[in-house]
Amino acid sequence: MPRLAVLVGTRKGLFVLKSGLDRRRWSMEGPHFLGEVVNHAVLDPRDGRTVLAAVRAGHLGPTVYRSADAGRTWREARVPPAFAKAAPGEAGESVSHVFWLAPGHASEPGRWYAGTSPQGLFASDDGGESWRGVDGFNAHPDRRKWIGGPQDAPPDGGTLHSINVDPFDASHIYIGLSGGGTFESRDRGASWTPLNRGCAADFLPDPDAEFGHDPHCIRVHPAARGVVYQQNHCGIYRLDRAASRWVRIGANMPKEIGDIGFPMVLHPRDPAKAWVFPMDGTTVWPRTPIGGRPAVYGTSDGGRSWKRLDRGLPKGQAWFTVKRQAMGADTLDPVGLYFGTTGGEVWSSFDEGARWHCLCLHLPHVYCVEAATAA
Amino acid sequence: MKVVLPTPLAAYAAGRREVEATGATLAELLADLDRQYPGIRFRVIDEQDAIRPHIKFFLNREMARSLAAGVALGDEVLIVAALSGG
Repeated sequence: MPRLAVLVGTRKGLFVLKSGLDRRRWSMEGPHFLGEVVNHAVLDPRDGRTVLAAVRAGHLGPTVYRSADAGRTWREARVPPAFAKAAPGEAGESVSHVFWLAPGHASEPGRWYAGTSPQGLFASDDGGESWRGVDGFNAHPDRRKWIGGPQDAPPDGGTLHSINVDPFDASHIYIGLSGGGTFESRDRGASWTPLNRGCAADFLPDPDAEFGHDPHCIRVHPAARGVVYQQNHCGIYRLDRAASRWVRIGANMPKEIGDIGFPMVLHPRDPAKAWVFPMDGTTVWPRTPIGGRPAVYGTSDGGRSWKRLDRGLPKGQAWFTVKRQAMGADTLDPVGLYFGTTGGEVWSSFDEGARWHCLCLHLPHVYCVEAATAA
Repeated sequence: MKVVLPTPLAAYAAGRREVEATGATLAELLADLDRQYPGIRFRVIDEQDAIRPHIKFFLNREMARSLAAGVALGDEVLIVAALSGG
């Protein structure tokens, strides 16, 4: 019988919250990989059974684990993502950690993509058992220019994230580089083009820079062709591909809240509905709920207006952060929303954000939250 | 020769801390270890064949800084993984 699974990756392991599709009673499995960093864990929507987890233990090298039974048992990838060996005398790169995992197109069972730190793109055609570099990106002559140097990277290193395969075109792939910007390929990763027109980058001298931006989370709508949303370092944006220019829909957020944050969540069917988790991006960027009062903001009109959704959430003195992978939606009706905090809480709403309930407390620092229907 | 694994790597050897491996150099010894326990080498050596930061190899209590270091029958190889980081 299908069940709902919410995969919660943390700094110290992976936990799986499970319930029936009525979302009334929840149980927790785990921890898996206790003590190891789980940057991302994703259940394959194509079979409802395969789960991949990006894992790194302490100072050991990074790897990917695969489960064929919805997370009950795990086996390490035979060939984890790794950069090509450099020619003698040249400086090579080493994957620090796998940061993002994404299933391939529905028509390509077994295909997965992985994004790493530093910014690298990898693909698997055997369900995550073995990985190869996507040379069209990793060996692109402009890649080093796009991603910059250590001065341009976030404190934990640059990352390639937000890998989205266009649901209407298996050869069309979007990626996010932090830093570097949004890029797309229309030939299965063989060539790449910056896709940042209209996005602010107030940390760059050129206001119309072609690349160098900092998308925090990019989501391509799964059901509406050519609708893309983005939570960027410099605001919330929407892109309709006919226009080919990002529009700052975060400008319609209340001024006292602003439009800074990390996650971006889309309604699985209605392209006008989306949710964000605003954070304090003033002064030194505390990255905490504004005023210590956490709230999700939702739009039902494609970003023309936003509604505060905080019923059930703490009313004050709550200073956690929600990371870019740590907020997601299920595909039920009404849609369930879930987010995990750096304080180890997982919050849920089963009515598209109207009321929030705490699903669990006391987990380690949450890195990712992914809801999916398990077979 | 005897290889002593750090606790984070013991799961590769079904929980054992001491295993046997062969080779004339540290590189060969690690290749043999990886044949016996697939995946173990990449956790301590990166794709550029560099020893990962905070991983150390000791041959008979002397630190080896290169995979070219020679090893011989009867030597003891100790792999140490720092547990720093919290």
